[in-house]
Amino acid sequence: MLSEREKERITEEALLHEYPRAAVSEALLIVQESRGWVPDEAIVEVAGLLGMSTEEVEAVATFYELIFRKPVGRHVILVCDSVSCWITGEEAILSHLQRRLGIGLGGTTPDGEFTLLPAGCLGACDAGPAMMIDGKLYDTLTPERADGILAEYGMGADAQTSHG
Amino acid sequence: MLKPLTADIRPDRAALPLAAYESAGGYQGLRKAIAQTPFQVQQAVTASGLRGRGGAGFPTGMKWSFVPLSGGSAGGAGADSSGHRYLIVNADEKEPGTMKDRWLMEGNPHQLLEGALIAAWAVQADIAYIFLRREYTRCAESLTRAIAEAQKAGYVGERVLGSEWNIALRMHMSAGRYMCGEESGLLNALEGRRATPRNKPPFPQVSGLWGRPTVVNNVETLCNVPHILREGAEWYKALSPGSDPGTKIYGVSGKLNRPGLWELPMGTTARQLIDLAGGMRDGLRLRGLLPGGASTDFLSAEQLDVKLDFDSVARAGSRLGTGTMIVLDDHTCPVGMVLSLEKFFARESCGFCTPCREGLPWVARTLEALEQGKGESSDLDILQQHVGLLAPGRTFCALAPGAVEPLGSALRLFREDFEAHVHQKRCPWK
Repeated sequence: MLSEREKERITEEALLHEYPRAAVSEALLIVQESRGWVPDEAIVEVAGLLGMSTEEVEAVATFYELIFRKPVGRHVILVCDSVSCWITGEEAILSHLQRRLGIGLGGTTPDGEFTLLPAGCLGACDAGPAMMIDGKLYDTLTPERADGILAEYGMGADAQTSHG
Repeated sequence: MLKPLTADIRPDRAALPLAAYESAGGYQGLRKAIAQTPFQVQQAVTASGLRGRGGAGFPTGMKWSFVPLSGGSAGGAGADSSGHRYLIVNADEKEPGTMKDRWLMEGNPHQLLEGALIAAWAVQADIAYIFLRREYTRCAESLTRAIAEAQKAGYVGERVLGSEWNIALRMHMSAGRYMCGEESGLLNALEGRRATPRNKPPFPQVSGLWGRPTVVNNVETLCNVPHILREGAEWYKALSPGSDPGTKIYGVSGKLNRPGLWELPMGTTARQLIDLAGGMRDGLRLRGLLPGGASTDFLSAEQLDVKLDFDSVARAGSRLGTGTMIVLDDHTCPVGMVLSLEKFFARESCGFCTPCREGLPWVARTLEALEQGKGESSDLDILQQHVGLLAPGRTFCALAPGAVEPLGSALRLFREDFEAHVHQKRCPWK
């Protein structure tokens, strides 16, 4: 199932290290880059390319927060729920996002646009609450500011569920 | 007051380019190091008294000295010169409440590279890794650019600065797990395995990455090293008035007027930091604080004059940890705060050893029950019991012992708040 380009990139990555298996998390992220997640068939093929067993690759794939073994939305929202953000109002932000998107933690909107996940510390402890969308950090969040940010990602006022 | 690590970092944290870093004295420390033997460089860092800034405070020079050097003055028995040796930068900053390494990497990436290169020279490494968490996207950009600049300038690569020494520098972007910050878990991650901890001994300095001698150092630790080489151990010691030398990147988070990060002499007090942070917000009262990230014991409101250096904080019953404090105010529920901490630790437990895998979720669920008004008096005993069951020596690595430090101290300092949850059958803050 892997494209020639994906195989090529994984093989190149493996050559950068003393042993090919060192490239396994990077290989899974290469797969994820174009597909959004890592399907079972890709696990088998990555194992073959790196000389690992399928189980070894699966053990790594299921260990990391940012390797997805299920499909996710086009945009992945990581909401920081660690202690400094909790003190400064993370719960209010999270429940606001859940209402606006109509999904719970781990959920994806029916239109496939957004997935909502928790994150343990984004390193913005002095500017909480914080979240990250597609690698971009947003801090000092308020519900209003969160709405404005969602709009930047194409979430219209009429989209999804409104305030209940 | 000297701020060697951060004086050149711009307020917007735009990465300091190579030319600006060099004109501020950058890479002079590396030049000095390469003119000396690795053993001499180790001695210089040992003499400075630098202690690791990742949380444990282990003396950096001593950590390096456990690597068997080939030949040379300190080359001990068993030293071998064939095969690779590794220097690894632990940039997997994921301790809740800690945000200091991000500042250093975004604002002054070359300072970290120079520190890593000097450390690599000191342990005769030929390969260095920067193990960076993927969420730190701005750090990745600034470091990637800096590595390219350093390669072009001859600081990284083959025959560094005209010497016989070759050093390869690689970035590893980790896909996110707290356990990767533990050095033996990090090594497993780099080998393409689950980041579970390894048995010690053997220590990584003898048998680390791929079974080869390896040193793992924290970002802030390494950022001190160029300055020590450039200015000398005596200068470094004079940066702090106390016995613990150098400066520290301190942080303050919580409901304060101006939370943030400051580079200050080692041994600055919590009270001074809270003043710098503009005091408590909206007339709130401070009830306690975690001095160095999520896995440290609470200090009470009566302990604000404790000097925040390794030994003083230990004497006060906690740990300096990462030096980034988290403040609890009187409008925030202490039980809820500890629940937030323990949910994090329960989620991050790698599952490798039973006490941590089973104990931390039990702790988190018990706290959750208290918060929901479903707690009983015996739950406080269960929590207290876990403080002992997950103490150092009971688990495979330091994750669970760290996790119960805030729990044990909270049960002591905020006992009446835990009891109020039981008696009122609700969280009094909700």
